[in-house]
Amino acid sequence: MKSLGSIRRSFAPWTDPSAKPYIVFENVTKKFGDFTAVNNLSLTIYEKEFFALLGASGCGKSTLLRMLAGFDEPTSGRILLDGQDMRGIPPYRRPVNMMFQSYALFPHMTVEQNIAFGLKQEGMPKAEIDRRVADMLKLVKLEQFAKRKPHQLSGGQRQRVALARSVAKRPKVLLLDEPLGALDKKLREETQFELMDLQQNLGLTFVVVTHDQEEAMTMADRIAILDKGEVMQVATPAEVYEAPASRFVAGFVGNVNMFEGKVAARDDHTARITGASGAEIVVENAGDAVAGDTVAFAIRPEKIKVTSRRPEEAVNAMEGEVFDLAYLGDMTVYYVKLSDGQMVKASALNSARITEDALSWNDRAWISFKPDAGVVLTR
Amino acid sequence: MNASWSRFNIASIVLGFAFLYLPIVLLVIFSFNESKLVTVWTGFSTKWYVSLFNNTSLMDAAWVTARVGVLSATFATILGTMAALALTRYTRFRGRVLFSGMVFAPLVMPEVITGLSLLLLFVAIGFDRGFMTVTLAHITFSMCFVAVVVQSRLMTFDRSLEEAAMDLGATPVKTFFQITLPVIMPAIVSGWMLAFTLSLDDLVIASFTSGPGATTLPMKIYSQVRLGVTPEINAVCTLLIGVVAMGVIIASLVNKRREVQRVRDEQAAQRG
Repeated sequence: MKSLGSIRRSFAPWTDPSAKPYIVFENVTKKFGDFTAVNNLSLTIYEKEFFALLGASGCGKSTLLRMLAGFDEPTSGRILLDGQDMRGIPPYRRPVNMMFQSYALFPHMTVEQNIAFGLKQEGMPKAEIDRRVADMLKLVKLEQFAKRKPHQLSGGQRQRVALARSVAKRPKVLLLDEPLGALDKKLREETQFELMDLQQNLGLTFVVVTHDQEEAMTMADRIAILDKGEVMQVATPAEVYEAPASRFVAGFVGNVNMFEGKVAARDDHTARITGASGAEIVVENAGDAVAGDTVAFAIRPEKIKVTSRRPEEAVNAMEGEVFDLAYLGDMTVYYVKLSDGQMVKASALNSARITEDALSWNDRAWISFKPDAGVVLTR
Repeated sequence: MNASWSRFNIASIVLGFAFLYLPIVLLVIFSFNESKLVTVWTGFSTKWYVSLFNNTSLMDAAWVTARVGVLSATFATILGTMAALALTRYTRFRGRVLFSGMVFAPLVMPEVITGLSLLLLFVAIGFDRGFMTVTLAHITFSMCFVAVVVQSRLMTFDRSLEEAAMDLGATPVKTFFQITLPVIMPAIVSGWMLAFTLSLDDLVIASFTSGPGATTLPMKIYSQVRLGVTPEINAVCTLLIGVVAMGVIIASLVNKRREVQRVRDEQAAQRG
């Protein structure tokens, strides 16, 4: 069976028309004075989904999260949680908990007291609080740090305390604001998988805000890409990468080569695109582009082959000169300058140690790719 | 940097400290003088301390000062903290700039003017001058000092702590008492100490607003000195200096130890 990307997902309620959305943003707008942080945005999130809001700083992703937590109210529009309108419900009465970017651990309380804080507010009996706190400490592997104050912990430990505190109340939805932002790279990679396991084991709905696309790609079931308070695309990581909806999304996630041109001919299956310099590209998945449209053909570097001769069977091939090369160990990156001056980035996995026909700077080279290797973007 | 002690450095330090502390040292030394004459040293004695404790009018004044200090510092701390909260939290209300200016104006207002205007007010509303009026006056002028101290702490207060508490189900009132107050408590305590010290020191405003039966220690000392300095006054001043110095030393030691402990904890945490 063919699928987009290299992972087949069994959890996909968004493809099921009968599935009931769990969190709904309905035409939500949020203004701060003259500044529009969120602009007429609609979004649905399903139960037990790991949902990521991805965007550059100032795109409104944190505002969305804060509106869901109840710290900000939408200027207009509605937010529904499990069918209930959240307008006017203060943060302390919402069944959501948030893990803050700064962790916001209470400095005058021990790790134990921090985790117990939310449970105490509920008026839970003491014995049960103790049991729950012990469970949480075990979950985040901080049993021997129970009596420490936050300033006596390392960054990674603080992050885990914040996590334990926010899941201790078993909220329906956990909101995470840049949960791994303050950790170093190695710890971040470990923690990504810990978070995913935790979400699976507790069966919670996670909404995570991040500006790190790799983090979003690794963890999320679906990603919403935001720009200037609007949703650019909501899709699985594979769709976002392999079938971006617009030039913005294609450029925002990962590396991409864009060929601007016009659709010269179009039939059911394929489209021919003519570039400014007259080069022609045959594409299989042209979406809704029709003849005469001004479009961009977007293709990822790893889907382009670089060879010293024109591959005989290639449908799409262009000649150029090797402008620059970088050997990164696991792969090699080529910058090829085409005859019309456009620079193309291509990368090849170094699956063999010995290369027969290695290229060097200023060599003549051909780039080639299959008709289904890229996408046509009309927006 | 050259850390060696040049003659110039030594000279300036000696001169500087002499300028600051010579009068005080003289006062302390002469409080142990045998003679009744303040400027002639005849031998060591503690008799002036004994006679001080038998001087009921001085002891009464000290008691008044202590009560005024504790009461006014407590109320000034409550009011000052509330003002600081209002000024840092509700940044959008109308007339905020005017309000903050009005809270801080007494900081630079000449004490004579504060004292005089309070006196006029008390007279105008027919308030009998005494213990209550001194206390009220002290609350008025020390409140703004507390507000400054607490406000500077609130400026660096991480608001997400409060949001986290509310997110975990604490109402705004509970959040204030369980999170905000404990975190800014050190600033509130130092605000209280500052207010207490200011009240202890004050002569001008107390002179304006006090009445019969409510003479504070500085007033008493000042009026006695006008009749001639006695070694008894030296003794009471030495005790005052001792109390203040003790307070400062204890506060700085506690701070220092806490700081050292914090640095050590953080290093331990970094090692994992």
